[in-house]
Amino acid sequence: MKFISIYFVLLVSLSVSAQTNDNDSTSLLVNDSLTIKIAPPTSVIVEDYKYDDADNLQLHWVPSIDDMPQDGKVVRYRIYQSTNNGSFVLVDSVNFSVNMKKIEGLAIDSTYQFMVSAVSKNYEAKSNKTITIQTEREWINFNLASLFLIALLITSAVIYFIETARRGKELFVRKIAGLEAVDEAIGRATEMGRPILFIPGIHDMDDVQTLAAITILGKVARQVADYDTKIRMPVARSLVMTAARETIKTAYQTAGRPDAYNDDMVNYITDEQFGYVAAVDGIMVREKPATIFLLGAFFAESLILAETGNSVGAIQIAGTARPAQLPFFIAACDFTLIGEELFAASAYLSGEPKMLGSLKGQDVGKAIAMGVIIVGVISITLGEAYGIEFFSNITSSIQSFFTVNK
Amino acid sequence: MKRLVPLIITFVVGTVLILSVFIPPMEGLGENFTLFFDIIAVFAFFLGGGNLVRVHFQKMSRKSDDWEFSIVTLVGFFVMLAAGLFKIGNPGDIASSVTADGSLFQAIYRSVFVPLSSTMYALLAFFVASASYRAFRAKNREATLLLVAAFIILLGSTPFGTMLTSWVPESWSIFQIPNLAVWLMSSPNLAGQRAIIIGIGLGVVSISLRLILGLERTYLGDDNA
Repeated sequence: MKFISIYFVLLVSLSVSAQTNDNDSTSLLVNDSLTIKIAPPTSVIVEDYKYDDADNLQLHWVPSIDDMPQDGKVVRYRIYQSTNNGSFVLVDSVNFSVNMKKIEGLAIDSTYQFMVSAVSKNYEAKSNKTITIQTEREWINFNLASLFLIALLITSAVIYFIETARRGKELFVRKIAGLEAVDEAIGRATEMGRPILFIPGIHDMDDVQTLAAITILGKVARQVADYDTKIRMPVARSLVMTAARETIKTAYQTAGRPDAYNDDMVNYITDEQFGYVAAVDGIMVREKPATIFLLGAFFAESLILAETGNSVGAIQIAGTARPAQLPFFIAACDFTLIGEELFAASAYLSGEPKMLGSLKGQDVGKAIAMGVIIVGVISITLGEAYGIEFFSNITSSIQSFFTVNK
Repeated sequence: MKRLVPLIITFVVGTVLILSVFIPPMEGLGENFTLFFDIIAVFAFFLGGGNLVRVHFQKMSRKSDDWEFSIVTLVGFFVMLAAGLFKIGNPGDIASSVTADGSLFQAIYRSVFVPLSSTMYALLAFFVASASYRAFRAKNREATLLLVAAFIILLGSTPFGTMLTSWVPESWSIFQIPNLAVWLMSSPNLAGQRAIIIGIGLGVVSISLRLILGLERTYLGDDNA
C-alpha cells in the first residue's frame, strides 16, 4: 500500500511537471515572433459510424486554409475528445491533408464531443466543439447485402443438391486425375515396400486447407491400413498432430487393424517454416518414400519439398489453394489438385451421394460467375466502344453490386 | 457422445462466425472464438514439444539410424528453452523481453537460426532452375506455349529485351517485348488466376457447409460412413 501511494505521488508530480513544462513551452512559442500562425480546421462534424457494434464514431472536418502541402505550415491535426461533458483530452493525431478519422473503442452509454486542432511547428489552432453525440448500434450490416445475397444463393444451391442426392438422384461429377491416381500411388508404395509421406502444409487447424488435407488423410489412411503400408506424417503444428493421429487411428480401427496403428506415424517437427522444410527434406532423402502427398497450405517451401520429392523418385500428388504456389507443384509433381479440387477431394474420394451433392452446388456458383463475367465483358465493351449509356449503366450496376464496402 | 459434442461445437462456432460478418453486435463473439483457438493452440504446443523430445530420446536410446542427429536436435531444443525461460544474458531482469538485444536467446537466433533458415531458403534458387528446366521442355503444344510465354516474360524483365524490340514503332508498341510481358501478366495470367480464385472461394463455401452441417467428419477421426 505504501509503495502504491509513493507511486501515485510520483506519477502525479511527474504529470504536473510535464504540464507545467508544456504550458511554459507553449507560451514561449506563442510569444516568439517566428511563430507560424495557422487557421484552425472548420466544419468539424461527428456522426455515428455505420454498421458497427456502437463502438465507433466518424469525424470529418474541412482542413485549415493554411494546409497546403507545398507550404508545409500545417504538420498535423490533433483530435481532442470529451467524454460525458468532461474535459477535452488528446486522443489521436493524423497527418496534414487528412480530413477524417474513425474514433474507435467507444461505449454506447457515454456521450462524446470532439475538437480538432491544426498544428504547425510552434502553434496550435483549435476548431469549435462538435455537437454532443452518442454511438448507435446497427443490427444488420446493409453494406454487405450483396455479399449476403450471393452467400445465401450459393449456400441454398449446395444444400438443395445435398438433399437431391440424399433422395437418390444420380449426380455426375467429372473425373479428377489427381484423385484417380491416389489408389495407384498407394499401391505403388505397397509394391515397393517403401513408406508414404503425407505433408499437410504448414498452417494450423484454423486453415480450411489443412482441414481439407486431414479429410483426405482419412481416406488415404484407410487404404494404407488395408494394404499394410507404412505412412509417415511430419507436421508443423501440434493441433494438426493430434487431429491427424485421431484420423489415422480411426482409419486403422475401421480397417480392423487397430494393433497396427502407432502414434509415431505422426510426429511434430517445428512451427518454423524452414526448420520444418529441412527436417522433411531429410526424411525424404533418408527414407526415400515411394509416394508423397503435399496437400494443404504451402508457401515458399512448396518447390523445395516438391523438388526434393521428385529427386528421390517418388510419385507426388500435390494440392493447395494458394494460386502463387500452384505453378511450382505443377512443374515438380506428377498430379496437382488445383484450388477447388483440394476441397472437393474428400467428397470425391468418399463417393457418397450427399457429399457429391455439395460439389454440384458449387457448379451453380460457377454458372453465376460465368454469366456475370460474360454480361460484364459485353456491356463494358459496348459501353466503352460505342458509348451506349444502357450498357454503361449495366456495367456500373454490376460493379457496384460486387463491390463490398465493409 | 464423443462425436456429438465436437459436431455441436463446430456447428455453433461455424454459424456464429458466418453471422458475425453480417451482424455487427456479433463481431466481438466472432473475435472471441478466434481467440479461443489461439489459447487452445498454445496448450497444444506442449504436446508438440513433448512429442519432439520423446521421439528423439527414443531414437537415441534405441540407437536407431542417424541417432546422432537427435543429439543436435535435443541440445538445440533445450538450450533455446533454457535461454528463453531463464532469460540468460538478458540486460534487464526476468521480466524483460526474451528477444532483448544481448540475450543468449537473441544471439543464438541471429547467429544460428537465421543463417540456417536463409540457407534453406536459398536452395530455392537451384530448385527453380531444375523445375523450370523440366516445365519448359517443349514436349507438346501446351509446354511449347508455356516456354514461349516464359521466355517473353524473362526477356521483358531485362534491358536486353527492351533493346531487342526498341525499333518497333510506337503504334505497334504492344509488340515490344517489355509491353508484351506486361500484357501476358496482366491479361491471360490474371484471368487464369482469377478463375482459380473464384473456384477456390466456391470450394471453401462448399467444404465449410459440409463441416458445419456435420456431413464431413473425418477431421474428428470419424469415418463419415
